[in-house]
Amino acid sequence: MVITVAAAELVERVRAAAAGGTPLCIEAGGTKSFYGGTVHAERLDPRPYHGVIEYEPSELVITARAGTRLADVEALLASQGQMLGFEPPHFGAAATVGGMVAAGLAGPRRLAHGVGTGAVRDSVLGARLIDGRGDVLTVGGRVAKNVAGYDVSRALAGSLGSLGVILDVSLKVVPMPSCEVTLVHRQPETTALAWMTNWMRLPLPISATSYADGALHVRLSGGEAAVRHAEHTVGGDRLSPAEATTHWHAVRELTGLADAARPLWRLGLPADVPALTAWGPMLVEWSGQRRWVVTDAPATEIRETVRRFGGHATRFRGGDPSIPSFPAQSAAVARLECDLRAAFDPLHLFNPGRWYADPPV
Amino acid sequence: MKAGYDGRGAVDAAQRAAVAAHLRAVLPSTSILATDEAVAPYECDGLNLERQHPLLVVLPANEAEVAAVLSICHRLRVPVVARGAGTGLSGGALPHREAVLLSLARLDRIVHIDPKACTARVQCGVRNLAISEAAAPYGLFYAPDPSSQIACTIGGNVAENAGGVQCLRYGLTVHNVLGVTAYTVAGERVELGGAALDAPGLDLLALTVGSEGTLLVVTEVLVRLLPRAETRCCLMASFASVESAGRAVADLIAAGFVPSGLEMMDQAATRMVEPFVHAGYDLEAAAILLCEADGTPTEVAERITAMRAQLQASGATRIAASRDEAERLRFWAGRKNAFPAAGRVSPDYYCMDGTIPRRQLGTVLRAIAEMETRYGLGCPNVFHAGDGNLHPLILYDAQDPDQLARAEAFGDEILRTCIAVGGTVTGEHGVGLEKIDHLCVQFDAPTRASFERLRAAFDPSGLLNPGKAIPTLRRCVEHGHTHVHAGHVAFPELPRW
Repeated sequence: MVITVAAAELVERVRAAAAGGTPLCIEAGGTKSFYGGTVHAERLDPRPYHGVIEYEPSELVITARAGTRLADVEALLASQGQMLGFEPPHFGAAATVGGMVAAGLAGPRRLAHGVGTGAVRDSVLGARLIDGRGDVLTVGGRVAKNVAGYDVSRALAGSLGSLGVILDVSLKVVPMPSCEVTLVHRQPETTALAWMTNWMRLPLPISATSYADGALHVRLSGGEAAVRHAEHTVGGDRLSPAEATTHWHAVRELTGLADAARPLWRLGLPADVPALTAWGPMLVEWSGQRRWVVTDAPATEIRETVRRFGGHATRFRGGDPSIPSFPAQSAAVARLECDLRAAFDPLHLFNPGRWYADPPV
Repeated sequence: MKAGYDGRGAVDAAQRAAVAAHLRAVLPSTSILATDEAVAPYECDGLNLERQHPLLVVLPANEAEVAAVLSICHRLRVPVVARGAGTGLSGGALPHREAVLLSLARLDRIVHIDPKACTARVQCGVRNLAISEAAAPYGLFYAPDPSSQIACTIGGNVAENAGGVQCLRYGLTVHNVLGVTAYTVAGERVELGGAALDAPGLDLLALTVGSEGTLLVVTEVLVRLLPRAETRCCLMASFASVESAGRAVADLIAAGFVPSGLEMMDQAATRMVEPFVHAGYDLEAAAILLCEADGTPTEVAERITAMRAQLQASGATRIAASRDEAERLRFWAGRKNAFPAAGRVSPDYYCMDGTIPRRQLGTVLRAIAEMETRYGLGCPNVFHAGDGNLHPLILYDAQDPDQLARAEAFGDEILRTCIAVGGTVTGEHGVGLEKIDHLCVQFDAPTRASFERLRAAFDPSGLLNPGKAIPTLRRCVEHGHTHVHAGHVAFPELPRW
């Protein structure tokens, strides 16, 4: 195994932290530091370990060091007509590949059909990480089909650094669609939700949907013939390519929801949940399965309402830091999570307080 | 002896009687099989060279009975091996002489198809194909299509993270399962994932899929359904060498195509299957590719034209497109009957399952051809070319100890070659018992230690499917990692891809 100087330094830092029992806050660009609880610990910045290790377009796989800027990876992929299938938000130019995986946030393309699109974890094929003992683990691989060993690399997606310091990751990438069109309908939310749900079961190349301020946006992506055919079914006014890019960028980056003073809530819901109007206007995505709302409504009210629909509510950004960001797990799942974290990080070195207000004992 | 599995040997009759007595408190006696005659049908899974009687077999009829069995076994410190249809090819459901074999086949109810949400909630014993059949009236289907799909269960698919031909376009089991209901080793119920996407928390579901029954026992699965394509068309392209066919696969993918199936057969494979299926394969070609498009008629026509041009540019010597559904199915019949055909031309065959980077296809196929000569055994190649997932079929006669030894060494060298070029020893069949020694090669000691700790986080007692999926460190050291037992494949009537 080749360990570069920068990686060796990260390993040494973790080993020193383990020896001294000093917790670490793993943070690169800090673009998503709002997500989860505040970590009061010595900072470990993986950015000195950066760069693309391997990228062979015909393999549809890229392997990059955690400190590599996300924008640089996307630019490299775009130069070969490829992209990350899950359209991750950046929340700032400093966003890195490691942070993107650790946060596990997918963007508008999450709900498109087909491999490579989907959640962040759906594209993670392998990784190297430093665990809480300072050991370097190599999990998964660099091929799309691999069932050898536990699938730890996928579990890094959304782990918020709690399993270890990600060194590098191999990600499945997808070809950019040859044709893309965004259509707009102006209509009430109830109608938009019904249409979006209805389209889900038709073989249409829908790669994103959004609803806000009375406008339903639908993006179609694929071959020319498929997109033209679907355009006929979906209907609506076509946006110019520039307008479409601006729109989906704004949805991805949540730019329309910037309100530093008030909390932004993210609601994950099953399909076919009616319009929720009690807390103010929403940004609806993923055919109604993800909704965003800026509201001062009590956390318990939001969480209970969403839970009754079979969903989950996260205080995504802003608001009262004493309110847990994430919904509580069942006792059985919480215990499994706790034991799993202890298996990788027995001394609770990594990001204490990020998941829960207090580090689990 | 495999790295970690020590379940072989005679069952202790007194232990059997004692455990059966405890289980009778929670199960009807007809749901407990506790004689050698009764447990014999469960002595192996799809890897049928390995055979072992379990302590006993239980056949719970519902979740409550599963939970009760687990709870009792946990209390008695009796190991548990979960089993679906038993079609797995890596010995993952091989019984253990001290373990209860937990057959989940009776939990076979389709709980709910939700056509609006495009999901199906099914019990673990529902057959893979039965899900698509139940979803068909709504124009939906379940995408992962392991070759044993008419018989294998969704619970087994989850345990092995099963693949199939359509995976290239629609993903593996892990991509198509939204949630599971499962039980811990102590019989405690947990819900992982669910209908609402991307819930915060550690992704225990991703770890559970493919964990071969070593972390949790899954009883119910929520799967994603996809809209069924209106039409499909398949291209059959001939190539003058396996290398050029391999390059054509890489070219297609690099050009941005994601076919709904992209499969390769070499000449040995086409000549082996053609007499049985009359698929109309080009028997003069060194290799053929099957390349499929699905979608609306215009979309399919557009893609087929473009892919045909690409294949021509990559040096295809002949290309035929399926003219109708019957012809398309005929093209696939040969590919899907390659395993049964191997069983007809050879007394035994050993199916490998390595995955390699696509650009290494030519190199590895050449290396396998060289090994055929060196080991003196035939080895037709059929595989999921689009994914780089190889299924070389080593032909041998198990009655001849020398052939058996050569087949084992041949298989071992293929798997080592896969690792050496940056691939993996198993793309979709699982580690089970069969490839457990190879994990000692594929993963270094710190990583294997982390796997052991991960397993213990879910199952501190180590009672769930002991000795499978993950080698213990001690065993890797003690037994080295060279021995691969040859495997026969059971269910000869099933097509295999």
